[in-house]
Amino acid sequence: MTKIKSLFISLVLTLGVSTAIAGSHGSTHDLVKERGKLMCGSNTGLAGFGAPNDAGVWEGIDVDVCRAVAAAVFGDASKVEYVPTTSKVRFTVLQSGEIDMLSRNTTWTLSRDVDLGLEFVGVNYYDGQGFMVNKSLGVSSAMELDGASVCIQVGTTTEMNLADFFKANGMSYESVPVETNSEADAAYTAGRCDVYTTDASGLYASRAGYPDPSAHVVLPEIVSKEPLGPAVRHGDSEWADIVRWSLNAMIIGEELGITSANVDEMKSSKNPEVLRLLGVDAGYGAMLGLSDDWAYNILSQVGNYSESFEKHIGPNTPINIQRGLNALYKDGGILYAPPFR
Amino acid sequence: MSSTAIQIISRSKYYNWLVKNLFSTWVNTILTVIALIFVYQVGSFFLNWAIFDADFRYNFQGELIIDRGFCSKNIVPGEYGACWAIIFARWNQFMYGLYPIEEAWRVNLIYALLPLAIIGILFDKIPFRRYFIYFTFIFPFLAYFMLYGGPGLSVVGTNKWGGLLVTLFLGVTGIGLAFPLSILLALGRRSKMPIIKSLCVVFIEFIRGVPLITLLFTANVMLPLFLPDGVNPDNLLRALVAVTLFQSAYMAEAIRGGLQAIPRGQVEAAQSLGLSYWQTTRKIVLPQALKIAIPPIVNTCIGLFKDTSLVLIIGLFDLLGIGRAALADMTWTKLYYEVYVFISLVFFIFCFGMSRYSLYLEKKLKTDNS
Repeated sequence: MTKIKSLFISLVLTLGVSTAIAGSHGSTHDLVKERGKLMCGSNTGLAGFGAPNDAGVWEGIDVDVCRAVAAAVFGDASKVEYVPTTSKVRFTVLQSGEIDMLSRNTTWTLSRDVDLGLEFVGVNYYDGQGFMVNKSLGVSSAMELDGASVCIQVGTTTEMNLADFFKANGMSYESVPVETNSEADAAYTAGRCDVYTTDASGLYASRAGYPDPSAHVVLPEIVSKEPLGPAVRHGDSEWADIVRWSLNAMIIGEELGITSANVDEMKSSKNPEVLRLLGVDAGYGAMLGLSDDWAYNILSQVGNYSESFEKHIGPNTPINIQRGLNALYKDGGILYAPPFR
Repeated sequence: MSSTAIQIISRSKYYNWLVKNLFSTWVNTILTVIALIFVYQVGSFFLNWAIFDADFRYNFQGELIIDRGFCSKNIVPGEYGACWAIIFARWNQFMYGLYPIEEAWRVNLIYALLPLAIIGILFDKIPFRRYFIYFTFIFPFLAYFMLYGGPGLSVVGTNKWGGLLVTLFLGVTGIGLAFPLSILLALGRRSKMPIIKSLCVVFIEFIRGVPLITLLFTANVMLPLFLPDGVNPDNLLRALVAVTLFQSAYMAEAIRGGLQAIPRGQVEAAQSLGLSYWQTTRKIVLPQALKIAIPPIVNTCIGLFKDTSLVLIIGLFDLLGIGRAALADMTWTKLYYEVYVFISLVFFIFCFGMSRYSLYLEKKLKTDNS
């Protein structure tokens, strides 16, 4: 095996391929610090989640997780290199060590978590399959869709979820099969079907692009679980902890009402959890191998979860997604971070 | 002869041509009329969409278009003209990808020098050709230094490269590296030495037997898994290796076609004059074979240039990838036609240029009497 490996190395070197040989077989955290920047696997472009803007700066709620980790590790949220990954190569790019973490709307499933050797560290967006209809149909619930024609991508889990949902509720539908999601979008816009179904975030993003977004309504029923979250390689728990708690710090920040605007005032708060989070009570950063102001850096440079959500996909953006499931547990959602203690 | 007479004659020439080619029979006349109506309809629709009814930087109210909401077609009902503002707003990304804009002059310099680097190999009757050829050999190193960086220049990782830069990088470098490789492969395949011959046959048939996308995935996904942790050859270079191998196999077959068209007598005559294998190959066989092989070679080059857009599947932002990223931005989403028409135009310019060049070359090298 070593022979094959050294053969490959020499082959690559002779081909004149530039290589970056890591000094030691160190932990991801050490590698990242040594490199001076975080390599973060991002989307190749998904509105509101991760896409370069006109100035070439990456933006989105998935991108904000990368920025939070960079803020925690370096105290500088901009020390991130984004590696655009497609859904086909995202896992191997992570496994091969090209990126330190993957943050690109990836559903946390058992097989990915266990079999692919990944570790999902949390959920930064609870997605699920939804339905969109034209407002003129006068439908307000998916339960009223009996007999509707549905644009559906053939051979996907979306198709199976749809069949299950209609069967479970004793309804029938007429399927309009299409090949790709954008084709489904186009078919729905052209009026070839009554209902367009895919992940709810995708429905919102499509709707935002319609000439008259208010003419379409995304129904409240969500028929599948699609928890999207950042992932790291299996077997490096210290690094997984850093990414997990960087995301948690954003969620806890919202819980405690700490925003990028008031983070400095909050340092003199009476709430002990705030003081622990912002590093006024020292010692928690060291447990993670970080400086004590790591969470302060996240909240001051990236902001809390709600700020990130509102900025990129919230009701005031063209994507216009309500918090829904992604609200804090105390606001009726399921967003919940373990206590910071 | 008076000028009126010339006019009459030339007019009647056109008239004759029209009658002969377009209106010779009833069927032809009907077909001509239908074709004209079709061309007029499609052409006028397209021109209205692309030019006359289109927004460029400003909309119909004279406002600078900063997002899709400012496009006339999104304000005025019934308006359908293109909104080219997305191309202007994203021009830098289309040209350089996410290359730092303060360093973009380096890319511009390379774009400007590229014609000088290839003119020497494209045309043989230019003054100072020898120096142009020297420059051709220096250029790759210069381009690498300027684009990637090194002493005195800040390093710009290839993950920041994109747009036309990546498309041209893969296309030009891929073709440039594949050409010598493919000549060796084609000669090797015709070789009498069994090991060399079988190696070349296996290589060519293996590469031709799998689609480019498979090679790209192999280079992108499999290679890093074989290598030890931390050794990560650059993503773009991995794609370049795949593209080069792919192109060399196809070009080798085109060249082999040329080699097989050379009559055996030519080689025998050369051998009887005492020329060695390499002398025969270089002076007798290859010049003729390559000439015959020009059309298929250019064909594979055009094919490869367009195939480079497949790298978007492994997450590289080539021209097409950067266009799709632009469409993913909420500021500009749904302006599909504008982006795809623009990208097609860029590809068309390069591919049409290659095709015209091959016609020119064929005419120039035509030495037979037919």
